[in-house]
Amino acid sequence: MKSKSYTDVMSRRNEIMKQALGLDYSEFEGKGISFSYEDMMTKAGYSLEEIMEIQSETNVGNTPLIELKNLTSAARALAEPGKGARIFIKDEASNPSGSFKARRASVSCYYAKKNGYNGVVAATSGNYGAAVASQANMRNLKSIIVQELYDSHGVGQPEILEKGRKCEAYGAEVLQLTVGPELFYTFLLVLEETGFFNASLYTPFGIAGIETLGYEIVEEVRTRCSRDPDAVVITHAGGGNLTGTARGLIKAGSSDTRIIGASVDLSGLHMASDSDFNRKSFTTGHTGFGVPFTTWPDRADVPRNAARSLRYMDRYVTISQGEVFYITEALAQLEGLERGPAGNTSLTAAFAIAQEMNEDQVIVVQETEYTGAGKHVTAQLTFARENGIEIRRGNPSDQVPGKNIIIPENPGLISTTEMDMDNLRKSYIRNSLKHYNITADELSKEEIEFLAEEINKPDTFVRNILQEIK
Amino acid sequence: MNNKIIPAGSWVQIEATILAPAERADHLPEETKKCPLMLLTKGYLKKASSLGEEVTVTTIIGRDIKGKLVAVNPAYLHTFGRPIPELLTVGQELRDMISGGLKS
Repeated sequence: MKSKSYTDVMSRRNEIMKQALGLDYSEFEGKGISFSYEDMMTKAGYSLEEIMEIQSETNVGNTPLIELKNLTSAARALAEPGKGARIFIKDEASNPSGSFKARRASVSCYYAKKNGYNGVVAATSGNYGAAVASQANMRNLKSIIVQELYDSHGVGQPEILEKGRKCEAYGAEVLQLTVGPELFYTFLLVLEETGFFNASLYTPFGIAGIETLGYEIVEEVRTRCSRDPDAVVITHAGGGNLTGTARGLIKAGSSDTRIIGASVDLSGLHMASDSDFNRKSFTTGHTGFGVPFTTWPDRADVPRNAARSLRYMDRYVTISQGEVFYITEALAQLEGLERGPAGNTSLTAAFAIAQEMNEDQVIVVQETEYTGAGKHVTAQLTFARENGIEIRRGNPSDQVPGKNIIIPENPGLISTTEMDMDNLRKSYIRNSLKHYNITADELSKEEIEFLAEEINKPDTFVRNILQEIK
Repeated sequence: MNNKIIPAGSWVQIEATILAPAERADHLPEETKKCPLMLLTKGYLKKASSLGEEVTVTTIIGRDIKGKLVAVNPAYLHTFGRPIPELLTVGQELRDMISGGLKS
């Protein structure tokens, strides 16, 4: 019998993954630090047409694109004359499991079934768990979801409690853990014991599944507005949502659309901290995932992450928790759409960014998510208050994550904070060198070209950064 | 300790220690590293037992998992919380702004 010790299981990681993915990533590896991203996406993934077919089999996608006329009016009331783009939102909550994650799960479950796996496993505290469980049911597969849910006092984050309930409602086995990155160890053990498929968020399947979302947005905006979307705002965490949507936009030929990532600012809170765990009111779409995954995507649960946001992202903004709660309330009150708060991160950013854009332009928020007990503004703010977080109206710029949540005194105070994209690109390059234990001087021409593709900049930009790093 | 016997086949929740503090990963914040990594899950109780006993359950998909029996058919108790006074007026404020065309 194989040892189940932490070190032994972690050292079997590659072997377990190969078995659980049915994919040999080594064939995409190039020289040194490089690998062929497009080869991986083409050979291991599916074409857009195939994905559409797979998703139509399980009723995923083709969600409504809703014009938010009242929120647009509110943005225009705050903007300079002639400013205030039309705001649209893709109502992804109408997918079978209530979020865009059904798109990602649909392809993983299709692949798992086709390749003879009896079940699927996903490590997720988010909507992806329910998406995997729901899609697994349609494909007659078993499912196991591994969640990080409790602090050491046994107190569960309300939003994750709800997601766990939903997984159980679909008949998944739900393994609920206390705080800590060793969730990955449990996940590996489960994969090894069951021989199930690793329905990771970061395989080519998990990313290709979102391309249809970008594609549908372009088709719909062209029909209704006779133009391409000028900007698409995407809630950014692990990078899959952004990467998949952007690839779909490009496949639809909308290559001038600005790709804007948006995360909730949770700076100062440690993601592996037992005591910080229940002091945050957002469990995803925040900087605690967004920044590390942007600057080092290969921290994921697969050998090469198919979600590589720096390849596509033009701009990355942050927003505060209180601002997202305000806009979630506004979406319900002005537009009659009661949706989960985390998915409204990008809407909050779009509300501010629309005010910079011209009235004839179109800005698209590419998701909503379902709402329910635990996963709601009132649930999160009640929980925050019980945990000693101060909640008040005021200026969101006074926010301190983990200490207070400031609901904007008026909507004119909603604004985005720019992340320095060049700093993120530099960090990515620094992390690559560190990970492969290589110096700037040792990089070959091919490796420099690879880095340039990774950050979507010319070779000269990479060379300048390498000079700086030296 | 509750000595009441829980019949075999009951839908229960168990708790297991996955990693003791000394076995946990390096580079964890102190407050996390001092706690064990715990697992909670649910299944059908294999043999009649009392709360607090080490038991085996069969999960909904048929896997056997061992752990300490902690609850019988625990309820889903997460709620919508209370209405938030700071948000109650947001809708009206926005409507006033739109209809008045006011800049704030």
